[in-house]
Amino acid sequence: MITTKDVEHMGWLSRLKIEEEKLEGYAGQLNSVLDYFGQLDEVDTEGVEPTYHVLEMNNVFREDVITECLTQALAIGNAPKTQDGFFKAPRII
Amino acid sequence: MITVSRTIKAIKESSAVEVVAQCLERIEGSNNNAIIKVTRDEAINAARKLNSHPGPLAGVPIAIKDNISTKGMETTCGSRILSGYVPPYDAHVIERLKAAGAIIVGKANMDEFAMGTSTETSYYGPTLNPWNPECVPGGSSGGSAATVAAGEVPLALGSDTGGSVRCPASYCGVVGLKPTYGVISRYGLISYANSLEQIGPIASNVEDMTLLFNVIAGHDPRDSTSVPREKDYTNALVNDVKGLKIGVPKEYFGEGTDPHVERSVWDAVHTLESLGASWKEVEMPHTKYALAAYYVIAMSEASSNLARFDGMRYGLRLEKDHDWHTTYSEIRAAGFGEEVKRRILLGTYALSAGYMDKYYLKALKVRTLVKQDFERALNDTDVLIAPTMPTPAFKLGEKIRDPLTLYLADVNTVPINLAGVPSISLPCGFSDGLPIGLQIMGRHFDEETIIRTAYTFEQNTDFHTKTSEVA
Repeated sequence: MITTKDVEHMGWLSRLKIEEEKLEGYAGQLNSVLDYFGQLDEVDTEGVEPTYHVLEMNNVFREDVITECLTQALAIGNAPKTQDGFFKAPRII
Repeated sequence: MITVSRTIKAIKESSAVEVVAQCLERIEGSNNNAIIKVTRDEAINAARKLNSHPGPLAGVPIAIKDNISTKGMETTCGSRILSGYVPPYDAHVIERLKAAGAIIVGKANMDEFAMGTSTETSYYGPTLNPWNPECVPGGSSGGSAATVAAGEVPLALGSDTGGSVRCPASYCGVVGLKPTYGVISRYGLISYANSLEQIGPIASNVEDMTLLFNVIAGHDPRDSTSVPREKDYTNALVNDVKGLKIGVPKEYFGEGTDPHVERSVWDAVHTLESLGASWKEVEMPHTKYALAAYYVIAMSEASSNLARFDGMRYGLRLEKDHDWHTTYSEIRAAGFGEEVKRRILLGTYALSAGYMDKYYLKALKVRTLVKQDFERALNDTDVLIAPTMPTPAFKLGEKIRDPLTLYLADVNTVPINLAGVPSISLPCGFSDGLPIGLQIMGRHFDEETIIRTAYTFEQNTDFHTKTSEVA
């Protein structure tokens, strides 16, 4: 059962500010979806391996060679705030 | 609807510039909101430069779903958070299209970050179904399917994470393919749930869909899940199903399946039988759990993938900065829509300490069982046939308020993504003037057999020749 406090906490973990008056609505919707997910408990998965990748590929390597990449100007070209050719982020503390 | 062969004939008779200009006029004169960004200048310039381009799609206009990166053309994923974002590079499929001479005429509308079944969650407004403007076009690649169905462009690209190419193809009466996982590079596709999604071709008929698929499929070292297999898929355009073994999974005709849909799909099975195929019922007992497993996995992957949208390197940034966490939280709250937020919150929950085994790991194990269902069912059959969607297109606004009701519409499309197998949707009938989609599924990397089955069905029926009166 997800409470409004849980919604607030998930919002914090995922850096999503949830307005106070919307917490209740989200809790209701999330609970109905989680109830539906609960049917997975019916499935016997004893000894079943999880599937992370349908093709079971692993360790795909490529040659470690330098190839063309974006210029600094292109890389920061979409940034809303920049300074001296760098991304400008808010203060950390 | 417009075909590639008619487009190429028109180019020969006039010019690529002329044909592209007519296509742009159709899009600009349309009010279905299928295309959210018309790339007029780029398209005309590209058509002018073609000269005698030898590519298989030289001068052929195409619309691109707005989650596929197009160099120099705004790419928003249908979201406010990426409004104004102009990718500095092309997706692998775009490089291949340009090399084949195709002309990008616009970016197609979609559910925000491909999360939806109706194209109603786009920040840029809903797309209308060309067969009935009161109905949704399906989603999430609703703009791509609608623009083809409306006769505006012959080809479009979509992406399919849990049915997002096949659902709108079904609702709009066009042909769409979800290829085997790994056949098309995802380089430049803005990720929603990487372990499930593939870019997919959309066209008005099987031949055109295959021509487009043939151009965009192929190995790309920049996507580590891309598989090195080069084939000419047009060799599969053969009108012959003699000896073909069809499996019909009864679980795909569950409660809530529209009787018209059920009848049209069985009619299609019998049509193929009359052409020399045989069929039998097969059991896929874990189908009923696929939807829950799919949503747990998709939301978990989404919560991780969408962490990158923070307004620092691209996209929406609010005027005022506070401390780091508050700034991020406010930008993401302002930039994402309701459905995206719900999926991030649920995905975060499913991956959080204490719940990861219960939800995420459990869903991955159920995924294994769903995949084994396909292996068993396709062990002594060549293809599986079922409805793409349990019903025809629903009304705009009908399901958007209750997320779970909307999720349930994906019941027949999500198992395919969990298993990674290929699947086509093509028109097989109508119900009250709305198209019905036939879904043909196959073994991993056996696109040829499902293309041949779809092509044979199409060559012996006339559903694909019908066009909407509204369009």
